[in-house]
Amino acid sequence: MADPDAVTAIVRGPGRLARLGAWIDERFPMTELWREHASEYWAPKNFNFWYYFGSLALFVLVLQIVTGIFLTMSYKPSAEEAFGSVEYIMRDVEWGWLIRYMHSTGASAFFIVVYLHMFRALLYGSHRKPRELLWIFGVLIYLALMAEAFFGYLLPWGNMSYWGAQVIVSLFGTFPLIGDSLIEWIRGDYFISDITLNRFFALHVVALPLVLIFLVVAHILALHEVGSNNPDGVEIKKNKDASGRPLDSVAFHPYYTVKDLWGLSVFLVLFAGVVFFAPEMGGLFLEPPNFEPANPLLTPPHIAPVWYFTPYYAILRAVPAFMNTQVWGVLALFAAVLLLFFVPWLDKSPVKSIRYRGPIYKVSLMVFAANFLVLGYCGMKPAVQPFKGISVVGTIIYFAFFLLMPWYSRIDRTKPEPARVTK
Amino acid sequence: MKALRALIVLLAALPAAALASEEGYPLQEANADVSNLASLQRGARNFVNYCQGCHSAKYMRYSQLATDLALTEDDVKANLMFTGERIYDTMQSVMPPEKARQWFGNAPPDLSLIVRSRGPDYVYTFLRSFYEDSSRPTGVNNAVLPGTAMPHVLAPLQGVQRARHGNEDKKGEGGLVGAGGSGGGDGGGTPSGHIVLEPGTAGDMPAATFDSFVRDTVAFLTYVSEPAKARRESLGIWVVLFLLMFAAFAWFLYKEYWKDVT
Repeated sequence: MADPDAVTAIVRGPGRLARLGAWIDERFPMTELWREHASEYWAPKNFNFWYYFGSLALFVLVLQIVTGIFLTMSYKPSAEEAFGSVEYIMRDVEWGWLIRYMHSTGASAFFIVVYLHMFRALLYGSHRKPRELLWIFGVLIYLALMAEAFFGYLLPWGNMSYWGAQVIVSLFGTFPLIGDSLIEWIRGDYFISDITLNRFFALHVVALPLVLIFLVVAHILALHEVGSNNPDGVEIKKNKDASGRPLDSVAFHPYYTVKDLWGLSVFLVLFAGVVFFAPEMGGLFLEPPNFEPANPLLTPPHIAPVWYFTPYYAILRAVPAFMNTQVWGVLALFAAVLLLFFVPWLDKSPVKSIRYRGPIYKVSLMVFAANFLVLGYCGMKPAVQPFKGISVVGTIIYFAFFLLMPWYSRIDRTKPEPARVTK
Repeated sequence: MKALRALIVLLAALPAAALASEEGYPLQEANADVSNLASLQRGARNFVNYCQGCHSAKYMRYSQLATDLALTEDDVKANLMFTGERIYDTMQSVMPPEKARQWFGNAPPDLSLIVRSRGPDYVYTFLRSFYEDSSRPTGVNNAVLPGTAMPHVLAPLQGVQRARHGNEDKKGEGGLVGAGGSGGGDGGGTPSGHIVLEPGTAGDMPAATFDSFVRDTVAFLTYVSEPAKARRESLGIWVVLFLLMFAAFAWFLYKEYWKDVT
């Protein structure tokens, strides 16, 4: 302690780390980026439960990429070896079973958090002006995620992988004139084969992750440009203090980093619960027929996509074939997803948040959410009554929610928005 | 148009196929206990003696088996390995697949994952549900998988059951469902139309002994389908406990930071 040199070292000025920081800042906007996106990103102080899922989605993305990298080290993308290499990972690779279960559970977790994240936007009007582009980037992420999940599902080369891909790819065959060439182009063969597996592997591990990362960056940049919405749906930027900081805000870091850490730890408890105690989730996350290798000669008794696609699968099957073609169901399927892009303009309500909306929107959104779950359930079931009938009604409700929105959101009896955020 | 027709056929076939799967022979509960080491060891013995002649478990290594079933390598070599394999080999069948196809019409499936794809109850019921059927090349048929190419390998132990159609006799009161003698409670309300099995010629084992023989075998196959399961669950408890503690700290950290935000 009495060493005089030690004292002078402290008073001499910035330490080594600070000097390194300054050196970098002259060459790269490190501190500026940190300020802009963390320590001086002013987020509304009234985020609630629904605001955990954005950061959780980002976490799951990273988790999928990291576990995916390790899986790739032992996985063999060939029709001969793929199934066996997955079992090799499960049995012979050190901690392989853990990595694989994290990845398979992560896929489902990704959709759970993304669905909740999207529902949050519908609750609080987070897609409304000026956040339309933010929403559009989000829908693009959702589309890319669906493609990523679809391609990834073929890779274990189980029998459900095979037949699921077979059914989904043949959807493209319903398009008039180009249909047959289109599916041949997708498969790269006359049937789902080694060639298909190889290209799905390339798309799953290289192309779509790149697209996803790019879109996530765009999503966050758009968010930080316009600022976060909040449960009251009022703009915090309208009330700033002298320094230009919104009055109803806190710095993202440390306030929301610690809050999201708490959210993440709760998520991890649930996630670990599934990974360690129910990785198959009763056949929802890992389907029993997929523990049999792909067999082109043996159709599984009941083909259904994984749970996160089943609402759309129900819509596909709900639309009857007419004029001698199934294409209508396929078009309905695409329309159901693409409609999401237009929500910011379909919504004509004078207020954003569910808190100040009238009864019509409140009821509509709840019916829509319940209906989405019902459709998902029907999509898992065989196309027999009563599921067929329920799917038809569910499909009508799904489309009505969006297509009638311009009218019902306008006539709804809304309450006045507060000037500032409430608790 | 080809693809279109294929899709229509596929979509049209779905309900029928699904119905077929839902109206199968009622399965009996295996009640196999994977945590019972003695049961697993007996099951391993049953597997190598009665199954492995035709079926492989090609993803299962003997060395892993030794570790997980608390056997020494010498135990395994002496009791479970008969054809000069090495301890790090996987459990292959000695029957060449092309011969198998010639003899049985198709190659016996690998059993590494049979319990994960079909469930323990399926395997348990399947093994107990062979019955006499002179129309089959093997002389037997199976209530769970009609037309199976598999012969009744366990006939010397179980004997050979006879079949009666369910609707000939009300609710199987007289006849017992499943293996003779043991079917006291299981399989209770067999819907009419299903085959009802009753004891035929006797085997070496009393019915209850045979059932536990099959149960041990199913327990072993359940283990083989996911050898890491026991480790996964015992480790999982600690991981979840750690995360709960972590969550508690995260909660206090969050509350500490936010106490001044009004």
